[in-house]
Amino acid sequence: MAGTFENPEIVQEELDILIVGGGMAACGCGFEIMRWAEAVKAETGKELKIKLVDKAALDRSGAVAMGLSAINTYIGPRQDPADYARMVSNDLMGITRDDLAYDLGRNVDDSVHLFEEWGLPIWKTDANGVRHDGADAIKEGLPALKDGGEPVRSGKWQIMINGESYKWIVAEAAKKALGLERIQERVFIVHLINDKNDPHRIAGAAGFSVRENKIYIYKAKAIMLAAGGCVNLFRPRSVGEGQGRAWYPVWNAGSTYAMAAEAGAELTMMENRFVPARFKDGYGPVGAWFLLFKAQAVNANGEVYMQKNKELLNDYPPYGQAAVPASCLRNHLMLKEMKEGRGPIMMDTVTALAKLRETLTPKEVKHLEAEAWEDFLDMCIGQCGVWVGENIEPEKKNSELMPTEPYLLGSHSGCCGIWVSGPTDVGAPTDEAMPGVPEHLPRGWNWGYRSMTTVKGLFTAGDGVGASGHKFSSGSHAEGRMAAKAMVKYCIDNPDLKPEFDETPEQIAEAIWKPVRNFLEHKDYTTAIDVNPNYITPRMLQFRLQKIMDEYVAGVATYYNTNDVLLKMAEEKLEMLKEDAQKMRAKDLHELLRAWENYHRILTAEAHMKHIQFREESRYPGFYYRTDKNFIDEQNWHCFVNSIYDKKTKKWTVFKRAHVDLVDKSKLFKQAAH
Amino acid sequence: MPTFVRTEKCDGCKGQDKTACMYICPHDLMKLDKDGTYTGHAMKAFNQEPDQCWECYSCVKICPQGAIEARHYADIVPLGGSVQPMRGSDSIMWTIKFRNGVVKRFKFPIRTTAEGSIDPYGGKPMPKLSQLAETGSFTRDVMGGFRAGNPAELIRK
Repeated sequence: MAGTFENPEIVQEELDILIVGGGMAACGCGFEIMRWAEAVKAETGKELKIKLVDKAALDRSGAVAMGLSAINTYIGPRQDPADYARMVSNDLMGITRDDLAYDLGRNVDDSVHLFEEWGLPIWKTDANGVRHDGADAIKEGLPALKDGGEPVRSGKWQIMINGESYKWIVAEAAKKALGLERIQERVFIVHLINDKNDPHRIAGAAGFSVRENKIYIYKAKAIMLAAGGCVNLFRPRSVGEGQGRAWYPVWNAGSTYAMAAEAGAELTMMENRFVPARFKDGYGPVGAWFLLFKAQAVNANGEVYMQKNKELLNDYPPYGQAAVPASCLRNHLMLKEMKEGRGPIMMDTVTALAKLRETLTPKEVKHLEAEAWEDFLDMCIGQCGVWVGENIEPEKKNSELMPTEPYLLGSHSGCCGIWVSGPTDVGAPTDEAMPGVPEHLPRGWNWGYRSMTTVKGLFTAGDGVGASGHKFSSGSHAEGRMAAKAMVKYCIDNPDLKPEFDETPEQIAEAIWKPVRNFLEHKDYTTAIDVNPNYITPRMLQFRLQKIMDEYVAGVATYYNTNDVLLKMAEEKLEMLKEDAQKMRAKDLHELLRAWENYHRILTAEAHMKHIQFREESRYPGFYYRTDKNFIDEQNWHCFVNSIYDKKTKKWTVFKRAHVDLVDKSKLFKQAAH
Repeated sequence: MPTFVRTEKCDGCKGQDKTACMYICPHDLMKLDKDGTYTGHAMKAFNQEPDQCWECYSCVKICPQGAIEARHYADIVPLGGSVQPMRGSDSIMWTIKFRNGVVKRFKFPIRTTAEGSIDPYGGKPMPKLSQLAETGSFTRDVMGGFRAGNPAELIRK
């Protein structure tokens, strides 16, 4: 029986393992898990029921949808996973989980080698130091990375690729591994369901189709939640059409953090954010311009702010003394110029390209020009749109840089996310040194299953895993694979587990469909569909959220400044916003999608605000400042800030966890300046 | 807007239930206007929420009619430029037109294997369940990507 908008059909399914999401982490999980499922069948005869549910289409979902021009995490044979863990820690101001970063560092290259085997073109350097694109490298007979091929490094950890079809290729492998019958596209999972007999265990997940009037309720023993980071929770710099041109994908709505929090999972480092400094308005990547083309960024007077303001780094020992200052500190040096009126900040592409031309042949120059454009065309076509509209040819005209609105994520240069169980063989703590951690939560850094959250059976990867970061596309894939193995083990170890819902399917369906009910009940009360005292459109609710976050929680409006008084006001406003979210309307399935995305954004924003409020220091100068605590306090705050949410009382509990180094960080720093 | 559909080129994917652009858009923006209610153009697709468009070009690249282009964000970008791809099976060709009339063309590889040719487990080992608790994926011993690391670096072990 087909459902209607008034009476949606409820589809229920029982699974062993559910994968929520379709990005790099979910594709890695799908690829890895089916091989282990085959092993389970071969050795025990049992067939694991597995399904992947994606709100979009696997070929182009997640942060890599558009493509990428580089793989930002490739360790290579000459660097150690410990070096990688150190870099991650350094860029995230010392508060990361070395166990997670180290584990990722030792496993990530396996995924990169697979990508190349599957058909991803990877640039190579030949014996003469000449670089070749991924197709040319094969024609030239240069070996694959796996066989000792030399990648083109655009940084210590980055390698260049021709990545327009990166996601398409990775999705093909996942789709082939899973089989189309195990993939459900265009179903948006919005709610996790706990177990009736154990509130700290997962029992299922529910969502709806954005194509048909259908609600889907899945029962599962293990769930991997990998639905990306959070975008557009702050007012973006462009508020017209350009608000879609977010730096991170506009469809990342905080679903990972919000659903995990409601299920009772412990979040970590939700105060962290990323404010990338990018080409203005198009948000095109700057990495290749800095690292590959050796361009410099200057203020209105042509001064290099990283040189001019370098003494500011001494305010933040030991982090300011790192050989490569953290991303936030680089922003901090840029912001001084902007705040004092010496903007715009310009990327000096003209000088950089002129210098390169001095030593290159005309053919090489042409090649270089193509490389510069490909950097945008592979991953940020909108930036080309800005350049063609403004007649910017980079060899003739410099381009403006700008720090963006804040983003929340755990896979790029950010580390907010969920607290997960790590590896057991790298010396991680097995107890908790800090008082105040709620009794029911694990003490040490591993509790049986890699990548499992503090909710039994709930796993995560990619943007979901907090306190690590810098995993990027390849690392997210590798992390999905780790979670896959652990979920199979969890199912084998718990053969008699019978999840039972703590809510009825009818209650779940009613909650999911509430925005539709609000609309149908009240739509004829006024003559204007969007103006009605009984409901709020998801669009207006999003504007309200963005305004609160921007003006009170250190958005661009205040140059990323906030303080205890502003945060207290934000707290009240967010509570009312959360209440009003129950009055969101949905006039069609598309708007129901937006309604739930914005509900997830609100919870994520609330977590962000509470964590900033709790951490009485400014850990990330350049990303945000608490002007009432405008310093880094190593003595009291060199620790994790974690939290749990109670879905019944709708209240957060925020607490500290002790930070421990598993690798020596002193190698990062020059002698402290005296 | 970002992406828009050329009225004269779109054929609504020949009356199928969903169009290629609807299938692919990561943000659920493309919609088939079956009876012309929304646009006045029956059986043509349109971008239903232009200010949510990331300009990822997934719809532009997949459209079998080449009917989709982008008019870059009107609140940011001066008119007159265009950035248009033709995506083939192994490469993509870009035509870039500046507002001032300058035209550039670039071609980049996108894939070194035939589409649909990936054999995910071909030549890969079948793991044993006893290996489930070990670190590393099932391809750990064949892909050459596992970096064991120097044990001395782990200072608490």
